[in-house]
Amino acid sequence: MTWTPGPDQIEVVGGPSKAGGAGGLYRAFGETLRGLKTTFMQATEGVTTVQYPEEKIPVYPRFRGRHRLHTFEDTGLEKCVGCSLCAAACPSDCIRVVAAENTPENRVSAGERYAAVYEINLSRCIFCGYCEIACPFDAITMGHDYEMSDYNRSDLIFTKEMLLAEPLERTPLRAEGE
Amino acid sequence: MTGALSHMLTPAVVGYAEPWWMAILKSLVIFAIGLQLVPLVLMAERKILGRFQNRYGPNRVGPFGAMTPLADIVKLLTKESFRPRTAIGWLFTLAPILSIIAAVAALAIVPFGNVQDIFGTPVGFYGIDVSIGPLYVFAFGAVAFYGIMLGGWSSGSKYSFLGSMRAAAQLISYEVAQGMALVGVVITAQSMSLTEIVEGQGGMWYVIPQFVGFLIFMIASFAETNRPPFDLVEADGELVGGYMTEYGGGRFALYYFAEYLNVLVVSGLAVTLFLGGWMLPFGIHPPGWVDPFIVIGKMGLFVVFFIWVRATLPRLRYDQLMSFGWKVLLPLATLNALITAIVVVAWY
Repeated sequence: MTWTPGPDQIEVVGGPSKAGGAGGLYRAFGETLRGLKTTFMQATEGVTTVQYPEEKIPVYPRFRGRHRLHTFEDTGLEKCVGCSLCAAACPSDCIRVVAAENTPENRVSAGERYAAVYEINLSRCIFCGYCEIACPFDAITMGHDYEMSDYNRSDLIFTKEMLLAEPLERTPLRAEGE
Repeated sequence: MTGALSHMLTPAVVGYAEPWWMAILKSLVIFAIGLQLVPLVLMAERKILGRFQNRYGPNRVGPFGAMTPLADIVKLLTKESFRPRTAIGWLFTLAPILSIIAAVAALAIVPFGNVQDIFGTPVGFYGIDVSIGPLYVFAFGAVAFYGIMLGGWSSGSKYSFLGSMRAAAQLISYEVAQGMALVGVVITAQSMSLTEIVEGQGGMWYVIPQFVGFLIFMIASFAETNRPPFDLVEADGELVGGYMTEYGGGRFALYYFAEYLNVLVVSGLAVTLFLGGWMLPFGIHPPGWVDPFIVIGKMGLFVVFFIWVRATLPRLRYDQLMSFGWKVLLPLATLNALITAIVVVAWY
């Protein structure tokens, strides 16, 4: 019993013709040559690989990399006043702030209080940038570094000193209009 | 005594008598050079394939990644040589050895040059020049097939077994077409000695009068060496790795080596039979010592072509492979041989 396709079967109109023989051979030969040409043209296009540790793709100015803490340029005082709003905004709960009072002898920040402890656990951070938005003094911003692999989880807890330090310029910044 | 022994060892040498020590010396030299070429081919494959896919290929070990094959060999040879519990031990060990012996033996027949005079001693730049050239190649091709077949079968694994079954069917089908394609050349040259076939191409390389034969030979060669698009024997996507699935370490290295040596042998044969061997076109006659370099250069062209095709064509389906081999290539090769025979008889 032969199988008859139902009315919902669609006849392919533009498909390859089923004719074999010499014509099919000739066509197969031609198509093979066309394929060879395609791959050859691909080879002439050059290489798209970015050899990562040596070459780096520059990041955009608004790229959210590792956080940085800032100080005032003129007085050298820390911008952070230890309000813990960043810790409250953090969805992954990776920021720990312990505030302390500024005293006339030990003046660290411009406000009434300062962050005695400021730690970010980068192994939990999701780089959402909410801390940056929450900060009323622009004390914390997202930097450009993304190379933060380490051998120890505890090494990924960045302290205040590490976040305040000028970062090694390891990440190229995309130039204007690039 | 030694004279009689040498006569026994090389009974089919044609052209001139060579001392027994010369045969040993030549085999050592050809072995050494052939084995140096294999890592080069391996490296070229990975580099050129990379370029075809818009990437660099291996470039970390040594300058431009040139030491990668060395690192590969060290890695493979320091690995443990394990085998599955279901494997048949002595066959499992023997199979890759058979494979490489057949490949090296087939390399012996590729002529890299004619008889040259080196310090007063005539030396033929080839391992042996037997009067049955192509038959010798097919004989060792059949032995190499035992290597693959036994390897897959004795592994005691289903995927290996499937791979070797495919190998059996594929190699047998395409060896027929390959042999028939060579008949045209043999008829035209009226000799089966490979050096005489090369000498016969002084006027015109056989690639022009035997173009159809050349195409069939090339296609069948892809199948014989298990190269894409005929790599159903290995078919990483379907069969894990075909007959060499269960092999690791040094034994895998042997298989790998034999595979690339086979590519070289087939390239050498194509050069010898169709591209005029050590001859250059346009009436250029370089001194005799250049001949091997010409042959190796032409072989390089074929190797690049092999890689190019690998980068281009997808693997055939199994039934397509069979119908192509038996319904297209074999009739075409037979027709080619017939027409060549008629033309040769009518003209000479």
